[in-house]
Amino acid sequence: MIKFALGRLLQAIPVLLVVITATFFLVHSAPGGPFSADKAVPPEVIKALEAQYNLDQPVWQQYFNYLGDVVKGDFGPSFKYSGRTVNELIAAGLPTTAELAFYAMLIAVGIGVLAGVTASLRPNTMQDYVPMTAAMIGICMPSFLLGPLLVLVFGIYLDWLPISGWGDIPGDKILPSITLGTGYAAYIARLSRGGMLEVLSQDYIRTARAKGLSEPLIIIKHALRGGLIPVVAFLGPAFAGLLGGSFVVETIFQIPGLGRFYVQAAFNRDYTLILGMTVFFSTLIIVFNLLSDMLAIWLNPKLRQEIRGTK
Amino acid sequence: MAILEVDGLKVYFHTRNGIVKAVDDVSFSVDSGETLAIVGESGSGKSVTCYSLLDLLPKPPAKIEGGTALFNGKDLLTCNTAEMREHRCNDIAVIFQDPMTSLNPFLTIGEQLIEPLIYHPNMDQRQGRSAAREKAIALLDEVGIINPENRFDSYPHEFSGGMRQRVMIAMALITEPKLLICDEPTTALDVTIQAQILELIKQLQQTRNVAVIFISHDLGVVAGIADKVIVMCEGTIREAGDTDRVFYRTQDKYTKKLLDAIPEGPKTILNRSDVSDNLVEVSHLKTYFIDQTHVQGGTGDRFIKAVDDISLTIARGEILGLVGESGSGKSTLGRSILQLAPTTAGTVKFQGQTLTGLNPKQLVPWRKKMQMIFQDPYASLNPRMTVFETLSEPLLYHGVATSKNIGHQVRQLMDDVGLAQSQLRKYPHEFSGGQRQRIAIGRAIATKPDFIIADEPVSALDVTIQAQILDLILNLVERHNLTMMFISHDLSVVRYISDRVIIMNRGVIVEQGKTEAVWANPEASYTKNLLAAIPLADPEAERARINNR
Amino acid sequence: MAEPVKDMTKEFEEHGSSLWKDAWIKLRKNHMALFGLSVLVILIFSSLLTPWIAPYSYEAQNLDLGATAPSMAHWLGTDIFGRDMLTRIMYGGRVSLMVGFIATAVALVIGILWGATAGFFGGRIDALMMRIVDILYALPFMIFIVLLMVVFGRNILLLFLAIGAVEWLTMARIVRGQVMALRNLEFVEAANSLGLSQWTIIRRHIIPNTLGPVIVYTTLTIPSVMLLEAFLSFLGLGIQPPESSWGLLINYGVETMEEYPWLLMFPGIALSLTLFALNFLGDGLRDALDPRTSKD
Repeated sequence: MIKFALGRLLQAIPVLLVVITATFFLVHSAPGGPFSADKAVPPEVIKALEAQYNLDQPVWQQYFNYLGDVVKGDFGPSFKYSGRTVNELIAAGLPTTAELAFYAMLIAVGIGVLAGVTASLRPNTMQDYVPMTAAMIGICMPSFLLGPLLVLVFGIYLDWLPISGWGDIPGDKILPSITLGTGYAAYIARLSRGGMLEVLSQDYIRTARAKGLSEPLIIIKHALRGGLIPVVAFLGPAFAGLLGGSFVVETIFQIPGLGRFYVQAAFNRDYTLILGMTVFFSTLIIVFNLLSDMLAIWLNPKLRQEIRGTK
Repeated sequence: MAILEVDGLKVYFHTRNGIVKAVDDVSFSVDSGETLAIVGESGSGKSVTCYSLLDLLPKPPAKIEGGTALFNGKDLLTCNTAEMREHRCNDIAVIFQDPMTSLNPFLTIGEQLIEPLIYHPNMDQRQGRSAAREKAIALLDEVGIINPENRFDSYPHEFSGGMRQRVMIAMALITEPKLLICDEPTTALDVTIQAQILELIKQLQQTRNVAVIFISHDLGVVAGIADKVIVMCEGTIREAGDTDRVFYRTQDKYTKKLLDAIPEGPKTILNRSDVSDNLVEVSHLKTYFIDQTHVQGGTGDRFIKAVDDISLTIARGEILGLVGESGSGKSTLGRSILQLAPTTAGTVKFQGQTLTGLNPKQLVPWRKKMQMIFQDPYASLNPRMTVFETLSEPLLYHGVATSKNIGHQVRQLMDDVGLAQSQLRKYPHEFSGGQRQRIAIGRAIATKPDFIIADEPVSALDVTIQAQILDLILNLVERHNLTMMFISHDLSVVRYISDRVIIMNRGVIVEQGKTEAVWANPEASYTKNLLAAIPLADPEAERARINNR
Repeated sequence: MAEPVKDMTKEFEEHGSSLWKDAWIKLRKNHMALFGLSVLVILIFSSLLTPWIAPYSYEAQNLDLGATAPSMAHWLGTDIFGRDMLTRIMYGGRVSLMVGFIATAVALVIGILWGATAGFFGGRIDALMMRIVDILYALPFMIFIVLLMVVFGRNILLLFLAIGAVEWLTMARIVRGQVMALRNLEFVEAANSLGLSQWTIIRRHIIPNTLGPVIVYTTLTIPSVMLLEAFLSFLGLGIQPPESSWGLLINYGVETMEEYPWLLMFPGIALSLTLFALNFLGDGLRDALDPRTSKD
C-alpha cells in the first residue's frame, strides 16, 4: 500500500510540473508587466524594481530559478505587499481557510450522507422526495446566491448571526461554513443515494436478510461500505471545489483567508502571489485527490489485494 | 406431520402495466428429511413462491394476496418482523443461485458465516465470536473447503465458483435450519461441479434430516434428488406428485411438453457430412491473450492460452459439436476460426483459402460465406434497429438483395425462421428471448452462408423454447445445406445435434470422434467425468448413477 | 388489383415502438422533467427574441427614477440607474444561456471525438489518450480559469474555450465507457462477422446507442457551465459591463441587497429556476433513457 501510494505520488510530479510551467508562462506572457499598471512610473524606477525581482533576466532563466525555488518550498516575494513573501501570506491565510473548509466538509459529508442514505431506504416515498428535493434546491442555489440570502435573512432581518469576519465574534463562523458546505452536501446526498440504491438491490443484501440479520445491521455493515465508495471517491474533487468556493465565501463574508487573497491578487495583478498560490493550491488538490482515491481503493478488498499482489 | 404446509398462496406484482399474478393459488407441503422439487421455466413463479415464505420479495411491487404458510403450525405470511427474523435465524435457510453475487464482496467469508450466530436476535442463542468461528471452520471443513482455518479470512473473490457455492451452503447450514430452500443452486456452475454440489446437498440433508425445497428449471437435476415434484407454469401448479409418478406416469400436458423438450439420445436426422471435402481446416491455431492481472509480475505465464495449438477439420455438411466447460477456450476457438478474434499463430483455411493474415477488406467476400449465431439474444441485436433493418443489413451489404426486392427477401427470411411477417417494423425489446434468437438466426443465414458457428445458441433459453430453436437450426441446416460448428457446455444438446464432437479443456482438444462412439466409449478421463456428470431426466437411472459414484 | 395489395401492406406495417419513442412516453409522465423542458423552451425563445420583446431598451437609464420596487410599469422593478430589471434579466439570460450552450457544444465535440476514438481503438491508443485525460483531471481548472481571466482580460470567447476545455473531460470518459461496453456486445461482433466496415459499424451500431447517455450528460453540463460562468462573473472575473449576465446582476444585487433586495432576488430566481429546470430535465432524461428501466 505504501509503495502504491509512493507510486501515485511520483505520478503527481509531472502533473505538478505541468501546472508550474503552464502557470509561469501564462503569467509571464500577460500583456503589461506588474508595474505598468496605474500611474506613470519613471523608467529608472521600473528598471530598479525589475532588477530587484530578477525580471531583467531572460524568461528561461527566470523559469528555472523559480523552479529551483519552488522545489525548496520558496515562492519568492510578493509584488504588491512589499516586504512580505508569498510564503508568509499563504501561512497567514491558510489556517482560516483550512478551518472554513473543514467545517464545510463536515457539513457536506454529515448532512449529505445522512440525507442520501435516508432517502435510499424508502425510494419513491416522501422519505425520498423530501431530502432529494432539498438536495436539488441545494445544487441549484450556488454559494454566491445562498451566502447573500443567508446574510439577508439571518444577519440583517432576523439579526441572529454576525455577517462578517472569522473568529472575531462568537457565531461568525456559522454562516460561511453553511454557505460553503450546502452545495456539496446536496451533491453528496445525491451520490450516496445512488450508491446505496445500487448496493441495496444487490443479491448479497437479500442473502443478509435471509440470514435473519436486523435491518440496521444490514444497512450499516453490508450496504454502507459499498454504497459510500462513490462518495469517498468524490471527496478529492469536492475538496478542490471547496477551495474554489472559498474565493466567493471569503469575499462575501470578508474573511481574511487564502481565497480572498487570491481574488485580491488577481485584481492587483500580483503575479508572484498568483503564481505561488496556484502552485500551492494545485499541490493540495492533487494530494487530496490521491488520498480520496486511495481510500476508495482501500475500501474494496479486491482492489486492495490486487495492489498488494503486484507490489 | 409436515414441517411446512403452504395453502392457497397468492402473490401478485402490482406494476405500472397492471397486476401480474406471479403465484396464484399454490399449495404444497414438505416433511422433515424430504426433498420437494419445484420445477418450472422462467416466469413460472417458482422462486417467488419460496421468497414469499421468508418475506424476501421487494414490496412493492410484490404483495401477498392470500393463503397461509404454516411452519410447525405458525403462519409465516402474517408473522411480524421480529418473528420473521427468528424464523430466518433458526428455522429456514436459503442457498441462492449465483454464489458470485450472493456473497458480500466487501466482507470475508468467515465474517459472513458467523453473522447469524453472533447477531442472533434471541439473546440466549447468541454466541461469542470465537465459538462461532470454531463452528464455522468445522462446517467449512464438512462442505469440502480445504484448509478452512486459513480460508476463513478470505474474501469471496478468492474462491472459484464451485467453492463459493460450498461456502454458501455452509452459511445456510450454520444456523442448523429445519428447512433448506435451494434456489437453482447449480445453474451457474459447470456440469462436473454441479454433480459435486448436488451430492453434497444430498449428503448433508441425510445427516441432518432437514427438509429441502429444491427449485430448478432442469428436470434432469431434479430427477435424482427429489422425493416429490411440483411442476409450475405461469404462477400455478400444473402437476404435483411423487417423483416417479410425475416422470413415469405423467398426467399433465405441460409436464409432458417439458419432458419431451429435453434433448435426449442420439441425433435423429441424417448425417450429411461429405468426408472427402473439408470445408474448414484449422492447423496449429493459437490464440493468446495478455493476462491483465499478471502484467506487473514479470515472471511466469504472462499469457492466457485460450486456444493452444489446436488442429481440426470440418467436413462439408457436417455438424461438429464443440464441448467444454467455462474457461475451456471453446468460444475463443470459434471466434478465431471466423477471424473475429486475433490469432497468435497457426492457420485457418476455408474452402482451401487461407484466412489468417488477410486484412479486413480481403475478408469481406469470405464473411458472406461464414456466419455466427451468438448466445445472448438480448445483446446480439442492436436495440435501436427494427427487425427489418437488422435483416436487411447483410442482404444489402453483400449484394444478395437490391433495394427493389429487399422487402420480399426479408419477408422470406422471416418465414424461414418462423416469425410473423407483420412484425417486421418492431424493435428487439418487443420480442421474447426465443423470438429474438430467431431474428439472430435469420441474420446469420441471410447471406446464404456455407458455414455457421453457433456459440451456445440455446443456453440462455427455457427448455421448451430451446427445443424449438434446436429444431429450427436442424431444419435450416438441412434445407440450406449448411455446415455447422455447434459450441455448447450442454452435453445432451450437443449429442442431440452433432455428427461428431470435439471436447476441449484449457485451450486444448481432449478428445474427438463420432458422437455416438465417444458417448459409448470415452477414452480420456476428463471426458468420462464429464459424461458421468450429466443429469438425466429419469429418476431410476439417476438414482442408480448417484449410488454408483 | 390495386386494392388487395394496399390491404396487405397495411397488415405488414405493424409498427413497433422504438426505444426513443418509449423514452418520450416515459418522459411525458415525469411532471418535473416536463416542467424543466417547458422552462427551457420558454427561455430559449425569450433569449432569441429579447431585442424585440423586451419591455425597454437595454441602455435606457432613468437616473431620476432610481431604484424602484416592482410596479405595473416595471414588473421586476428598476435598478439604481432606473434601468428596467426585467429587461436587464432578459439580456443577462441571453448571455448566460449562450455561454451555457456554446461552451457545452465545445465540450461535446471534443469529448465525443476523443472518447469515441479512445474507446473504439482501445489498446495503447486508448491507454495514452485516457492517461492525458487523467492528468488534465488532476489539474485545478477552476483556478486556471481564474488565472486565464486575470492574465488575458475578461474575454468572452476565451471564457467559452476555457469552460469547454474543462467540461469535455467527463464527456470523453462517458463516451469512451459507452463505446468500450458496446464494442464487446454481441451485436457489434455480429456486424463484424458480416464484414461491415468500421465506419459503418460506428455509424449504424455504435453512435445510435451512445446517444442516450450523451444527451443526458449534455443536459446536465449546461447548468454546470452556467454556474461556472455566474461564479466567475460574480467575482468580477467573467462577463464585463456593458455586457451583462445573471452572475453579474447577482453581484450588483448583493451590493445593494439591504436597501433593494429585489435587485438580488430576481436575477437569483432566474438563475436558480433555470438550473432547476435543466437538472430536472437531465434527471428525467436519465430515467427515461436508462435501458434498465425500459424492460419492465
